[in-house]
Amino acid sequence: MLEFLNRMFGREASGSKNVAKERLRLVLVHDRASVSPQLLQTLKSELIRVIEKYMDIDEEALEISLDSNETQVALVASIPVKGMKRMTRHVASGI
Amino acid sequence: MGEVIVVTSGKGGVGKTTTTANLGAGLATHGHRVVLVDADIGLRNLDVVLGLENRIVYDITDVTGGHCRLRQALIKDKRFEGLFLLPAAQTKDKTAVSPDQMKALCRELKEEFDYVIIDCPAGIEQGFRNAIAGADKAIVVTTPEVAAVRDADRIIGLLEAAELRDPRLIINRIRPRMVRHGDMMSIEDIIDILAIDLLGVVPEDEMVVISTNRGEPVVQDERSRSGQAYRNIVRRIKGEQVPMMNLDEGGFVSRFLRRMIGLS
Repeated sequence: MLEFLNRMFGREASGSKNVAKERLRLVLVHDRASVSPQLLQTLKSELIRVIEKYMDIDEEALEISLDSNETQVALVASIPVKGMKRMTRHVASGI
Repeated sequence: MGEVIVVTSGKGGVGKTTTTANLGAGLATHGHRVVLVDADIGLRNLDVVLGLENRIVYDITDVTGGHCRLRQALIKDKRFEGLFLLPAAQTKDKTAVSPDQMKALCRELKEEFDYVIIDCPAGIEQGFRNAIAGADKAIVVTTPEVAAVRDADRIIGLLEAAELRDPRLIINRIRPRMVRHGDMMSIEDIIDILAIDLLGVVPEDEMVVISTNRGEPVVQDERSRSGQAYRNIVRRIKGEQVPMMNLDEGGFVSRFLRRMIGLS
C-alpha cells in the first residue's frame, strides 16, 4: 500500500532500477575480475619470490586462484610451508 | 587533418547506427566535411538509416581490395553539404578487411575530411577490432539496461587496452518518467558505474522511428527532443560547452544534469 502511494506521488519506491543496479554491480565485479591465466602466473612467481625470503615453501604445491561468491571476489592462496627461515638482519633490512 | 571517431557499444540494437547518422548529418550542417564509414561488413545498415541505399555502387571492400578508387566509393548525401558515406559490403564477412587496411583507409580519409565517423559492428571480435584500428577517439553508446551497460563496461576496457583512452558516453533512449519513478537507471547511476565522461543523453522519442522509416536523420527535426539532443552532442564534439538538455522540468534529473556540467 505504501509502495502504491509512493508511486502515486511519483516518489522513488523500491523501484526496479535498484534491482537493476545491484545486479549490474555484481555482474561487473565478476566481469572485471576475470584476469588472464598469464597474469595469474606472473603474480604467482612474484609471490613466491617474496615469501621465499621468509619461509621455505613448497612451490610445486602452491595454488592461487580468484574465488568469487555472490557479493565479492577474493584472491585465495594456498601455500604449504616447509620451514621457517631464521630472521637475520640481512633479510629484515631487505624488506 | 581531421579526426577519426569510432561509435561503438558492444551490445547490438542500442543505437550506434542512428547515432552515427545523426552526428554526421549534424556536423555537416555546421559546415564540416564529414565521412561516415559503415564498418559492419555483412550487415550493412547505415545506408538505409541515411536513405542512401539506392545509390551504392562500390563498397569498403572494393576500396581496400583495390577494385576502385576511394573517391568512387564515396556517396555524396545531397541533402547535407559536405556529408559522405562509405558503405559496408553486404555479401562478404568481417574478415574481408584487415586492421591494417582500416588504418590506411582512415589515414587517407582524414587527409580530406574534418570528421571520419566509423559505425562499429556489435560484438568484440574481428569486426570490432577492424573498426577501432584507425580511430583517434571513441564514443560508447548505451541504453539504461543491465545488458547494455554491462557490455559498455566491457567495451570501455577493450578500448583502453587498445590505447583508445577516454572514450565518451552517450546514453540513448532514456525515459525520464520511468527514471523519476525509480524504474529505470538514471544518468547518474550509469555514470557512477561506468566512470567515463558523458557526451550526451538522448531521450526515447517516437520521432527517431519515424525519421528512420523515412531515411532522414532526426537531427534536422527542429521540434523533436531527440533532434535537440543530437544537435547538442554535435556541438560538444566541436568542443563547445553545451548544457545538458532539461529532460524533466524541475525533476531530479535536470538538477543532476546541471550539477554535472557545473551550473550550480
